[in-house]
Amino acid sequence: MNKVISKREAIAKVKDGMSLMVGGFNTGGDPNELVEALRTKTDVKGLTLINIDAGVEGSPLTTMLEERRFKKVIGSFFGANKEIQKQADGGLVEYELCPQGTFAERIRAAGAGLGGILTPTGVGTVVENGKQKITIDGKEYLLETALSADVALIRAEVADESGNLVMVGNARNTNTVMAMAAKYVVAQANKIVKIGEIDPDDVTVAGIFVDAVVYAGEEI
Amino acid sequence: MVEMDKKTRREIIVKRIAKEFEDGFYVNLGVGMPSLVANYLPEGVNIMLHGENGMLGMGEHTEITADEQFNSVDAGGAPVKAVPGAAYFDSCTAFAMARGGHLNCTVLGALEVDELGNLANWWVPGVRMPGMGGAMDLVVGAKRVIISMEHTAKGAPKILKKCRLPLTAVGCVDTIVTELGYFKVTAEGIVFEEINPNVTVEEVQAQTEAQLIIPEGGPKPMF
Repeated sequence: MNKVISKREAIAKVKDGMSLMVGGFNTGGDPNELVEALRTKTDVKGLTLINIDAGVEGSPLTTMLEERRFKKVIGSFFGANKEIQKQADGGLVEYELCPQGTFAERIRAAGAGLGGILTPTGVGTVVENGKQKITIDGKEYLLETALSADVALIRAEVADESGNLVMVGNARNTNTVMAMAAKYVVAQANKIVKIGEIDPDDVTVAGIFVDAVVYAGEEI
Repeated sequence: MVEMDKKTRREIIVKRIAKEFEDGFYVNLGVGMPSLVANYLPEGVNIMLHGENGMLGMGEHTEITADEQFNSVDAGGAPVKAVPGAAYFDSCTAFAMARGGHLNCTVLGALEVDELGNLANWWVPGVRMPGMGGAMDLVVGAKRVIISMEHTAKGAPKILKKCRLPLTAVGCVDTIVTELGYFKVTAEGIVFEEINPNVTVEEVQAQTEAQLIIPEGGPKPMF
């Protein structure tokens, strides 16, 4: 088994109009090398981006946003990204905002085969608009539906050829759950090793979730 | 009414909040003024700082190389060291800690708070759309929610009878600390427990839209 492919092969999976998950949050765990390849080596557009913050200023993700290649952004925190705020306020991009914990759990639910989750977060706020409320043991919860995507781009530190991933620090953030929730999952890694070289105890994301591995440092 | 500069106001607030922490507390501090509370911990009190981006035991900010910085950052994206005993985890686990009631305390700022403990701190409609980020999850779950804020905004009260801005959460606030006092939200309303000794109860009430409940004997001095 060898899931290692080139960046060009990986990004070719992303087609116009698809939904695209991108891991990371506020620079931590951003798969910048994959996004940069997608930005510069394809002209895909009309994408629905699923990412907490739509990148930070100067990141390839925010540059893609500036290039108007996203028709919709599903995220949580736009406060550090002037471009997404400008586009959201100006009606230039559709957007959907979720509390950050809800965002992560909706993605996990999709990956775990669940229809959604029940959370107290957002009850009594604008977040509950249009959502079903369910009372359990006298407490109200919102039904938040699962969130999946066509393709996910995620970041790991080390990968083996079968797609087992080691993530480090708080670069894990949404990379772990996005690995489960897309039809096609590409992980970039700073180091790629042979099967058996990662101690099973050290695996953050099991290879079963990962379709392809690319070397982050690959020149294209 | 005594005039205080911004630095003095903030120092009064964060010093008072720091006294609420006990040794071994797990705490989430919001960006800006709340984050300063960590600088004023009483002797012998060590806390573990929670970062909703996936870290418990956030330490000092640090300069590290561009590549490493993706792996240990605070929720604002600034590189941080991990203290001894720290742990890293993913977003689901970070918010399980918040929603699941595992954090002793969360401290955050507010645009408005009201006498039902409702909090508005994420959006001023018409200004811009910042997104709520993690605030809604943090306040629904923490054992205690402390609001750290200046008492008024450009002279307008921030402690209201009813919040007018979009809410972050309903009935979540336990304690409000401003440069003028320390307030507890109770089923009866907002109790004025402690007062900045340089102001009077009447002066504080005049800057507060909600009717403050004055405990027997009046509020105690805040410092």
